[in-house]
Amino acid sequence: MCGNEALAEAAIIAGVDAYFGYPITPQNEISAYMSRRMPEEGRVFVQSESELAAINMVFGASATGKRAMTTSSSPGISLMQEGISYLAGAELPSVIVNVMRGGPGLGNIAPSQGDYFQATRGGGHGDYRTIVFGPSTVQELVDCMSLAFDLADQYRMSVVVLADGILGQMMEPIVFNKKPRRSLPPKDWALTGAKERPQNIVRSLWLPEGSLEKHNYKLQAKYEQIQKDEVLCEQYEVDDAEIVVIAYGVAARIVRSAVNKARKEGIKAGWIRPITLWPFPSEQIAKAADELRILLVVEMSLGQMIEDVKLAVAGKVPVVFYGRPGGGVPTVDQTLQRIKQFTIPTKRQEE
Amino acid sequence: MTRAPSDDSYEEIIIAGFGGQGILLAGRLLAQTAMKRGLEVTYMPSYGAEVRGGTANCMVIIADEPIASPVVDRPDSLIVMNKASLNKFASRLKAGGLLVMNSSLIDIEPQLDNTIEIIAVPADKIAVELGNQKAANMVALGAYLQKRGILSPDAAVACLAETIAKRYHKTLPVNTEALHRGAEFAKDSG
Repeated sequence: MCGNEALAEAAIIAGVDAYFGYPITPQNEISAYMSRRMPEEGRVFVQSESELAAINMVFGASATGKRAMTTSSSPGISLMQEGISYLAGAELPSVIVNVMRGGPGLGNIAPSQGDYFQATRGGGHGDYRTIVFGPSTVQELVDCMSLAFDLADQYRMSVVVLADGILGQMMEPIVFNKKPRRSLPPKDWALTGAKERPQNIVRSLWLPEGSLEKHNYKLQAKYEQIQKDEVLCEQYEVDDAEIVVIAYGVAARIVRSAVNKARKEGIKAGWIRPITLWPFPSEQIAKAADELRILLVVEMSLGQMIEDVKLAVAGKVPVVFYGRPGGGVPTVDQTLQRIKQFTIPTKRQEE
Repeated sequence: MTRAPSDDSYEEIIIAGFGGQGILLAGRLLAQTAMKRGLEVTYMPSYGAEVRGGTANCMVIIADEPIASPVVDRPDSLIVMNKASLNKFASRLKAGGLLVMNSSLIDIEPQLDNTIEIIAVPADKIAVELGNQKAANMVALGAYLQKRGILSPDAAVACLAETIAKRYHKTLPVNTEALHRGAEFAKDSG
């Protein structure tokens, strides 16, 4: 089972009621899998006529209180941005998987991390956020699906799972764990037929003076809560490190190999891996920066997450970068070279 | 095990050829076999533009510890089914590595570091003898498994049925035979 199929099955286990999608490489295995499995489960599968249609179908299904999702790859996700903004305005839960490919434009079909800005800054118009996961193994991709649906329902917002072509296509052994759902608030806002109850309204239009400002403050309060409660990250050998490498997703696996090799050569290296990209683990990174000489950020782009790292450390330590864009994948040896280049050789010799 | 993997107790393999040669199937069978043995494994195919006649390759890593990067830069072992793949990947082999090449379609002597062991197996010829040229991938995989010794050819045979789609199960006997013939070839070639 490749990553794409694994995440699809994980979504089914997490209780997705409706899947809408339009084909695009490198995530077609998701739609193909869903087209077979969703009818088997008696749930909804629609291959929409466009990405725009898919995201608006998600809007409709979600408004009725059902768990809805869509998946696409970079150019398709761009087309969905209007709908994602409307979902944010209407406070509708949704899960959106982006199996990133090279860009800009139609780009190519190779793995990339070029959509970090788009995912973590909202992506569409208006003052809003989406929760963003950056899993690095197929197992983590599987595990974050149920959490994504729970968080979407709990906070009534979109959750983006940011994978890439490698994670979507690769296979590795996994276990499907059926995790208990979080205890979630009832969906008493949903459009389920207003018989014997007051009418519910789902909308993103707030025209009376001051009403949209108030709505935005309400969203903001929610986002602040999430930043407090939902940050996930993993770190390794940070305590005595003179260089810490920060990476997410597949790039973090390459970093892990490079850091292991560096340690074998006596270089005090460690890594921090954000699992949630928004909310970003700023505190954890800032804390590490107190003891550090230098931070190296590695991405499959020319530098996007590095901006969040720089914000987190606020100039306390130098932040340097290594990355490759447009489908280029950093190699372990290239990454190791950068680690060596940025550590101070005299310091190591003294020890 | 004839030779220990060179470092990290990782065995990193690239399998390459043209589309239609069953490159990805050979990789999936290898990955499945390793998984069944309780080893850690990753399998990463090239994807998207693969059609019959185009190029195809996949990367498999087998290890006894969790695998960090699934991307193979410098393989310990390389299985190439055509000349273009040999030219593309041979220089990436690690010193002390293993090259299994399909000599039915590769008529050149690769110029490689002399620490690299080469098995030139006439995979297409053997597969044609077995009555199905498409089983050449399994001949080459059988030779690799026998020579490398990390997983046995019989363990791969045992995983054929769960790896090959049900509608192709009529090919199980020929694929089984092809794995065995490849293994015998490697054994005889020392």
